[in-house]
Amino acid sequence: MFHFSNIVRTKGDPKIVEGGPSLKQPADQLARALGWFSIGLGVVELFAPRRVTETLGMEGTETLVRTFGVREILAGIMSLSVDKNAGLWARVGGDGLDAAALLSGLTPDNPKKSNIALALLMVGGIAMLDYRAAQDTKPRRPPRNAWRRLYPNRSGFPKGIESVRTAARQIAAHAGHNEVKQGDERVP
Amino acid sequence: MKALVWHGKEDIRCDTVTDPEIQDPRDAIIKVTSCAICGSDLHLFHNFIPGMLPGDIMGHETMGEVVEVGSDVDGKLRKGDRIVVPFTIICGECDQCKRGNFSVCETTNRKRHLAEKVFGHSCAGLFGYTHLTGGYPGGQAEYLRVPFADATHIKVPPGIPDEQLLFLSDIFPTGWQAAMQCAIEPTDTVAIWGCGPVGQMAIRSAILLGANQVIAIDCLPERLSMAEAGGATTINFETESVVERLNELTDGKGPEKCIDCAGMEAHVMPSQPDTVLDRAKQMVMLESDRPHVLREMIYVCRPGGIISVAGVYSGLSDSMPMGAFMNKSLTMRTGQTHVNRWTDDLLRRIEEGEIDPSFVITHTVPLAQGPEMYQVFRDKRDSCVKVVLKP
Ligand SMILES: NC(=O)c1ccc[n+]([C@@H]2O[C@H](COP(=O)([O-])OP(=O)(O)OC[C@H]3O[C@@H](n4cnc5c(N)ncnc54)[C@H](O)[C@@H]3O)[C@@H](O)[C@H]2O)c1
Ligand SMILES: [Zn+2]
Ligand SMILES: [Zn+2]
Repeated sequence: MFHFSNIVRTKGDPKIVEGGPSLKQPADQLARALGWFSIGLGVVELFAPRRVTETLGMEGTETLVRTFGVREILAGIMSLSVDKNAGLWARVGGDGLDAAALLSGLTPDNPKKSNIALALLMVGGIAMLDYRAAQDTKPRRPPRNAWRRLYPNRSGFPKGIESVRTAARQIAAHAGHNEVKQGDERVP
Repeated sequence: MKALVWHGKEDIRCDTVTDPEIQDPRDAIIKVTSCAICGSDLHLFHNFIPGMLPGDIMGHETMGEVVEVGSDVDGKLRKGDRIVVPFTIICGECDQCKRGNFSVCETTNRKRHLAEKVFGHSCAGLFGYTHLTGGYPGGQAEYLRVPFADATHIKVPPGIPDEQLLFLSDIFPTGWQAAMQCAIEPTDTVAIWGCGPVGQMAIRSAILLGANQVIAIDCLPERLSMAEAGGATTINFETESVVERLNELTDGKGPEKCIDCAGMEAHVMPSQPDTVLDRAKQMVMLESDRPHVLREMIYVCRPGGIISVAGVYSGLSDSMPMGAFMNKSLTMRTGQTHVNRWTDDLLRRIEEGEIDPSFVITHTVPLAQGPEMYQVFRDKRDSCVKVVLKP
């Protein structure tokens, strides 16, 4: 089987012959997809806010759209990092803000009402994916009050810690004695 | 052979790869009998240290039996010898090696131009640790090629189990060097941040070197219990104020010696707002490390004291309190460990039964379970402190 990574191997170093299983879960892939989607949408909102507001018949809200763009990009970066769970929850919250902003544009006199309805539907769908990915990528670090095995007998000192302390004290006393002898003429 | 291979962030797999071959007359090949996962490997697992490529074999704490030697190894190693492999690859001949500064060997980094760009000067080649340090395949595998094998080894006698010797490769000398850098005096209080495997070794080393009081700081009860067993007074930074407690325990003067065994991924929590800010900056690549522990050490250390940094930092750290550092006359010593500088002495201490580093092992599993154990060790699940893998 062809493994792309083998191309950059230094000559003579081991190359992959057969790949083993990856521990990545479908939720991790979903998180990744959502992360990139978030960054993509954010870039559009940040750099082409007019196109967004025109499509939605919400001209005049470009600054808000830009702010949302920054939010999308940050949440996207977070969703791609090791703290993806926080990123996904940030996205869930962001979906709520998106929906609220869209609803505010859903006035009877907006000629692009149908686009807004479509956008709301999309936000709803994405929000469901965000929520599911957030649920499925919960950090697995045990909670603070979880039961733990304790290791009160693992001193690492086969002869006991007191014998180590005594030995160290003797060495120090010895060294100190020598120092005084060498450094202080008054000591006979 | 089977090996644990890096494929990307949080993606390590047990792949089948080609066996290593002798590439240079100074090489040797060992059949790995035991290897371990290190806290440094977690930085790579998280892709926080740049310079990993998909297909890189992980691992730098390895021991085994020599099965093949190159023509220039010159009788210094023979087939059948049992060796522990130091994580720093050394030539034994350059100016730095001669001074015992093995982790900055001038010869062994085969991709030195990368390191020179980033760090100004190159450091030694390291096993399984990014292309900045040579991109050498690591030892979480069935076989390992040891470059410069005539110098890069620690010969160990038969009769002592792997578990007692394996950590001569890294964490035991690392904890030891961290303590040695403190020039401990019998009246000293030594405070140690981080009770992972490196912190545990630093605690034992400080006790062996005769510190008056050793204080260990972490938030994980299982690790704190192990620290206490080794003779430390403990502080849980999630439930107590580290600065207040340290001052209490030192009559308000602060510890003379401070050791960082936590490194660039300090725990992020809202009660330490700097860690949240660091994490945010890290995400948008405005900062590479989260140096909370360094800041705390500088703040709490007794004036005139020493700060010893064993924890790994990768690039840029912000908001370092240089005012306190300078005005308090502090000294900072740091470095990847000069493993072979210490191992003769440490091996003797193990042989004489003064210390048994195997106390730190909580999990021993077959190599194929390595990928799962990366997760367990990272998530601090199942009271995990140190994982040993058996190929
Ligand atoms: N200098 C070297 O040559 C060398 C060699 C080996 C490892 N290391 C480094 O040493 C560090 C520790 O390694 P390890 O194997 O023990 O890893 P580890 O991840 O198991 O241990 C780190 C410990 O630090 C604790 N910690 C996090 N934030 C803290 C804080 N604010 N205060 C106190 N403790 C905190 C964590 O709870 C954890 O127990 C890593 O950075 C590793 O890369 C350096
Ligand atoms: Zn290590
Ligand atoms: Zn050298």
